[in-house]
Amino acid sequence: MKSDRQEQQLKFTRRALMMGAGGAAVFTALGARLYQLQVIETERYRVLSEDNQFNFLLTPPSRGRILDRFGVPVADNRDSYRVVMIPEQAGDVEEALGRLGNIIEITPEQRERILRNVQRAPRFRPVTIRDDLDWGNFAAINLQTPDLPGIIPEVAEIRDYPSGPAFAHILGYVQPAPEADAGDDPLLRHPGFRIGRTGAEAAREDTLRGSAGSLKVEVNAFGRVIRELPEQSNPATPGEDVRLTIDADIQRFAYERLDGESAAVVAMDVESGDLLALASTPGFDPNLFVTGISQTDFNALNQNEYRPLYNKALQGTYPPASTFKAVVALAALEAGVVNTTERVTCTGSIQLGNREFHCWRRQGHGRVNLRDAVKTSCDVFFYEMAQRLGIDRLASAARQFGLGSAPEIGLAGVSRGIVPDEQWKLSRYGQRWSQGETLITAIGQGFMLASPLQMAVMTARLASGRSVSPRLYLDQPADQGQELVQDPAHLDIVRDALRAVVHEPGGTSYYTLGGLGVEGVEMAGKTGSAQVYSISAAEREAGVRTQDELPWRLRDHGMFVCYAPADRPRYAVATVVEHGGGGSRAAARPARDVLRLLIERDPSAAGPFVQNSTGSQPT
Amino acid sequence: MAVFRETVPRTFQEKLFELNWSVVLLLLLLGAVGVGMLYSAAEGAWNPWASRHFIRFLLGIAIMLVVALFPPRFWMGMAYPIYLGALSLLVGVEFFGESVNGAQRWLDIGPVRMQPSEIMKIAVVLALARFYHDLPPEKINSAFGLLVPAFLIGAPAALILHQPDLGTALLVLVTGAALVFLAGLSWRIIIGGAIAAAFIIPAFLRFGLEDYQRRRIFTFLNPEADPLGAGYHILQSKIALGSGGLTGRGFVEGTQTQLNFLPEKQTDFIFTILGEEFGLVGGLAVIGIYALVLANTVAIAAECKSTFLRLTVMGIATTFALYVFINIGMVTGLLPVVGVPLPLISYGGTVMMAVLFGFGLILGAHIHRNAEPPRGAGLFG
Repeated sequence: MKSDRQEQQLKFTRRALMMGAGGAAVFTALGARLYQLQVIETERYRVLSEDNQFNFLLTPPSRGRILDRFGVPVADNRDSYRVVMIPEQAGDVEEALGRLGNIIEITPEQRERILRNVQRAPRFRPVTIRDDLDWGNFAAINLQTPDLPGIIPEVAEIRDYPSGPAFAHILGYVQPAPEADAGDDPLLRHPGFRIGRTGAEAAREDTLRGSAGSLKVEVNAFGRVIRELPEQSNPATPGEDVRLTIDADIQRFAYERLDGESAAVVAMDVESGDLLALASTPGFDPNLFVTGISQTDFNALNQNEYRPLYNKALQGTYPPASTFKAVVALAALEAGVVNTTERVTCTGSIQLGNREFHCWRRQGHGRVNLRDAVKTSCDVFFYEMAQRLGIDRLASAARQFGLGSAPEIGLAGVSRGIVPDEQWKLSRYGQRWSQGETLITAIGQGFMLASPLQMAVMTARLASGRSVSPRLYLDQPADQGQELVQDPAHLDIVRDALRAVVHEPGGTSYYTLGGLGVEGVEMAGKTGSAQVYSISAAEREAGVRTQDELPWRLRDHGMFVCYAPADRPRYAVATVVEHGGGGSRAAARPARDVLRLLIERDPSAAGPFVQNSTGSQPT
Repeated sequence: MAVFRETVPRTFQEKLFELNWSVVLLLLLLGAVGVGMLYSAAEGAWNPWASRHFIRFLLGIAIMLVVALFPPRFWMGMAYPIYLGALSLLVGVEFFGESVNGAQRWLDIGPVRMQPSEIMKIAVVLALARFYHDLPPEKINSAFGLLVPAFLIGAPAALILHQPDLGTALLVLVTGAALVFLAGLSWRIIIGGAIAAAFIIPAFLRFGLEDYQRRRIFTFLNPEADPLGAGYHILQSKIALGSGGLTGRGFVEGTQTQLNFLPEKQTDFIFTILGEEFGLVGGLAVIGIYALVLANTVAIAAECKSTFLRLTVMGIATTFALYVFINIGMVTGLLPVVGVPLPLISYGGTVMMAVLFGFGLILGAHIHRNAEPPRGAGLFG
């Protein structure tokens, strides 16, 4: 019994010591682990503790403004109240949105977008919940921030387009960078940071954007900033302003003058090439795109028959029609295939092979010389010129006047248009050129296409006699080009004819315009109408005789090009009114009004032509 | 002197003379470290933790001394009632418990708010010690000698696991197993059991754990992979410790602590404050104090004459050692985060009371080391 107890005790002591040894081993392991963490790896953890403690906040740069030629801002920044969420701090994102939803409205659409963004980005990255809150909502959120962890109300700059739709096509708009482009760029991913997506905003992104700065801050474990360390931070470099050649007043006037039509107006300084107006109607409000356009609004714009999202001034192409005749007249004079006295008899049509080519005036113009032909826009005369010149000389004259190639103005999507010739037709259609096509090319129809911008360039070149190129930004060099004509007298003849279009009875715009409306200043112009649909014999039988009786989208495009002053040209304007009927009807008056405003705003253009002694100055 | 050693002290003076003062001193040291660390955790303030910790500690020491004065016979008599009481409290938690952080651990009884699982840790030790004290040695490996301890350990472990509190359940399980081992279980059964465990544990991991518990165990393997998810605690704790270096940043100077990067810094992660502010030197010193306490208790156990006292001392020492090991192992990233406090240093009343109550029993065992209470009358003959 005694030995039994002793054996029990011995056994216990043995096992207790075994456990004690095990305990010693385990505690040694703890000590070794501490040694590993605190001595061997201490550097690494020291760095991590710095990272824990300090954070760099990105400070987005202020975007450069876009100004008109006189420095009036047309794209500006304004303060905007917004609310962002840091998912990591918010915890349950859905719940946080729910709580915020009691204070401000969050539509299901926005909610979906927010949740999508939260999914995509790391949880410490802020996500915009609502932009551009009014002061009441913003104040309400501020008041309740203690109960809204991870919800941060802040003041940020947002893009503002004070002129709205009038500048929409030139400026384009800014929007958050698309996911694919943003990549890992922290600036592009910064909530509320926007980049130019279309127009000048996109084309001049590099100038406008600037570069981000950083702000070093000390944060606690909840990411809350405890202290800012500005001395260890880099301020953001704001973007530079971009100055346009556009005159904001002219631009707005031109836009408003044609609002309601589907049209484009381009106004240009014929000496410098400066674009003074570049309007396309109808427009849209670019501010809508900045804060996120709703699907319904976007669909309404996208499905509108008048295509408001489309910049017709640059992208739209139309047959230049009769506006091209002045170029043909000049080419014929330069080539020596006609002189000012020669007359061509217009009987209303000419026969070529077995095809008949009509003049717009069925009963004919009788015997017309070059001046009459331009003034009355006689097609038959130009059919004759076409035959004398041939397509090669016609095409080369068109190219000299800026048709068939896209003017480089620093915006995307500028159309090239088409100047057809034998080579072009062969490669495009695999067919040989026919003589008849030369005839209709001479009246700006057929294959020929030009944008309103190209028509303005063509007009500016006729007005100045130089191969002036358009420019949109004042920081780019003006290109006045070279002399286009061998004999300046030829140019004078054509210009005189163009003046007669407006100022002499029988001119195609005499009854609609009759003049510029500024005392002592004469203008020159040329109408054009491009046939969209030809009224069939059957329809004629049924009584459809005029354009007005056709549906809108089948009516002719009307166009008018003009410049002033007629004898010392300074400004050129080209206008296209889609389906506006003949050129003198819808296009001539708006074009003339824009031209008149240009002259009125520039006394120096009008000055020399006003009798100095009268002292009357146009205003 | 030799005569004195063989006797059991009976008067208050005799008992006080026999008190193991080195253990008391070491415990006082640990309590002081706790007060200091909690002062630092509150960014250098007595409130809310340090002052209350101090008062609780003094109260606990008083309880410890009172417990130590009771004769072993008293605690033998109380072993089963305490166990049954603790078990019914655990059942009570199951039905009326208060939920904190998704786990039902707390029970409100009038003014007292406690965690019955902490009481159970001591109750299991007492019950097992009593059981083996009464059991004739030859019956240790019998079916009766195996099944009763299995129930005594298994029932509370299952209830605690269901709260769910994996850490404490494991603690009860391992402590119980240690006692069965110390009681003299044959090696054959131990090895057989180990082989069985090799099959049962993987199955348990797969089916017996809550999702969050399994995730904790797996993220512990690679905390950096998910720095903002479940691995956050371990990573932040390692950063705080590692940046402390050899001598630390200084008292109340730990940036990670003061900037709240450490989660639950006043309870389970208190050791990281120590590591960050006092470095390796401070950490090793505290581990050393714990080791000294444990060495003393093993020595006390070896001196005890009765099975009840030996097993009680070793059982409580095992629980204590496991607390320390699991807690420090957890904050240094050696073990998964299972929510075990660092005894006497972490903030928390029930745990401190339970630990000091346990040391009361240890000190009592030392005082009464020569007592040889008879086997329980009536129960086993």
